[in-house]
Amino acid sequence: MSASVIAQIRHGRQAISQNPLTLAAFLLLGGLVVLALFGEWMVPHDPMATGVGPRLAPPSQAHWFGTDHLGRDILSRVMVATRLDLLIALSAVTLSFAAGSAAGAAAGFYGGWVEKIVTRVVDTIMAFPLFVLAMGIMAAVGTSVANIILTVALINFPSYARIARAEVNVRRGAGYVEAARLAGNSPRRILAVHIYPNCLPPLIVQASMNMGWAILSAAGLSFIGLGVRPPTAEWGIMVADGSAFMMSGEWWVSTFPGIALMLAVLSFNLMGDGLRDMVDPRRRT
Amino acid sequence: MSQAAGPLLSLEGLSLEFRGRGGISRVLDGVGLTVGWGETVGLVGESGSGKTVTALAIMGVLPSGALVTGGRALFRGTDLLAADERTLRRYRGSEIAMTFQLARAGLNPIRPVGRQIEDVIRHHTDLGQTEARERAIALLSQVQIPDPRRIYNAYPFELSGGMCQRVMIAMAVSCSPSLLIADEPATGLDVCTQAAVLDLIGDLAQGRQMATLLISHDLGLLGERADRIAVMHAGHVVEVAPTAALFASPRHPYSAKLISSCPRPSAGLADLVTIPGTIPDFREPLPPCRFRFRCERAAPECDEPPLPRIEAGPDHFVACRRPL
Repeated sequence: MSASVIAQIRHGRQAISQNPLTLAAFLLLGGLVVLALFGEWMVPHDPMATGVGPRLAPPSQAHWFGTDHLGRDILSRVMVATRLDLLIALSAVTLSFAAGSAAGAAAGFYGGWVEKIVTRVVDTIMAFPLFVLAMGIMAAVGTSVANIILTVALINFPSYARIARAEVNVRRGAGYVEAARLAGNSPRRILAVHIYPNCLPPLIVQASMNMGWAILSAAGLSFIGLGVRPPTAEWGIMVADGSAFMMSGEWWVSTFPGIALMLAVLSFNLMGDGLRDMVDPRRRT
Repeated sequence: MSQAAGPLLSLEGLSLEFRGRGGISRVLDGVGLTVGWGETVGLVGESGSGKTVTALAIMGVLPSGALVTGGRALFRGTDLLAADERTLRRYRGSEIAMTFQLARAGLNPIRPVGRQIEDVIRHHTDLGQTEARERAIALLSQVQIPDPRRIYNAYPFELSGGMCQRVMIAMAVSCSPSLLIADEPATGLDVCTQAAVLDLIGDLAQGRQMATLLISHDLGLLGERADRIAVMHAGHVVEVAPTAALFASPRHPYSAKLISSCPRPSAGLADLVTIPGTIPDFREPLPPCRFRFRCERAAPECDEPPLPRIEAGPDHFVACRRPL
């Protein structure tokens, strides 16, 4: 056991050193996680307090990212917003990964009515433009963090269900599945131990790419007023707040939360590529 | 379990069809075969003759579309064809084990091979993880894998084809089955490895008093290792005989052709005998003898049903109206 874990860690290190972009993604992500966990105590100013500086002051030594129209410190707000945005994205992705891959795997393995139900649900969700569907749901159920998570999870459900179904379907007839049956394994055990783990690499890559997209969805919903409500510090709202001042030259209000958003999405997408190399033992040499 | 009277495995009149869009293919027609306790039986025939399907039917893991239409497969007195899935699952791996062609494809690509052996052991016994692990490592060394402790953690793609086949054999014998079905254990391996793998199966079978059903298309390979050989052609067992008797005096024209089509070092490639034609289309109505159209000795009487089963010597049966 321990030997294989050590080998796994060594392999992970090797995969990172081979691809500097992956390393960059992991460093960036590490920084985001630190901000999410400890940002609250690292901020130079109270993120919620108004008038900690002059209104709409450009970036300066006192306020690195400038201040917004209520005189709040933008740097502090960008930092604390990390936790909320990552939390929403992580919860939504975890939820849709678990539900989507389980439903898809069952559909691909058992076929029949299970498959019919799952594919119909997936088709129904996919029939809508996903972001418009999310807007509709949020407008109907009301804005709360829990609702954002559930909505973003729902619109991501099809991608996992579809990948899992296709992957399981391909592997259902594989030699090792046959061998597992010949060794006396029950169908459920074959699915759980032999087929599902073999389908994980594409699902994990999808999850990583999806994280970026989930952050964008959550921020996007907040941007149009259907997500998190002001005065909560959240990247989407902050971009929305600042958009009114773009034309008058106060670019920093929108730009810094926008950059934070972009870096988060970028790091998750880059990590997706790196993870694929790491989780698939067939790529080990 | 004590040794019951009668053979370990006895197939009686096993018939099987594939039902698909193209119609009904009668792939097996009245296959009869016995394997005694501790005996090694060879099952030989060209591709598509139904060797593997016979094995899968015994294991009860037929592909979808396959339907058993008749016959029994008695294993220790239990009819495997009539048994429920739970009973079969208990037998599979612990009482009857099977290895198959292309061992690498038969191993889970993302699970260390030792763990896969351990899985089978833990599934069929009450051993804890540590004991199962030790047993898996012991099995790896029994199948002559060097440095078994290291190979335990290896993934299938890190091993050669021969090593994968050994791992698969280790997995198959891990719970001391009384019958091992080895489907083309040597196909795709180089000649030296072929011999080594087959010798290994022979040694393991002898050491454990395990019966073996060796499936191969290579009569030469089976010649040295099987006690008896059953020759299959197009879903029929056309001849069953003790190995020596089959090679000395084959009675079915197909068996005779098969033996003379084995390459010999003394003869040139041009001397190699080929059997004209191919296996017939199972969807068409077929004569009682499915070798009829490829046979040089065919006569009008061959069109009369049923296919005979003639005793041609001690333990020697042939399904032919005009045996050699």
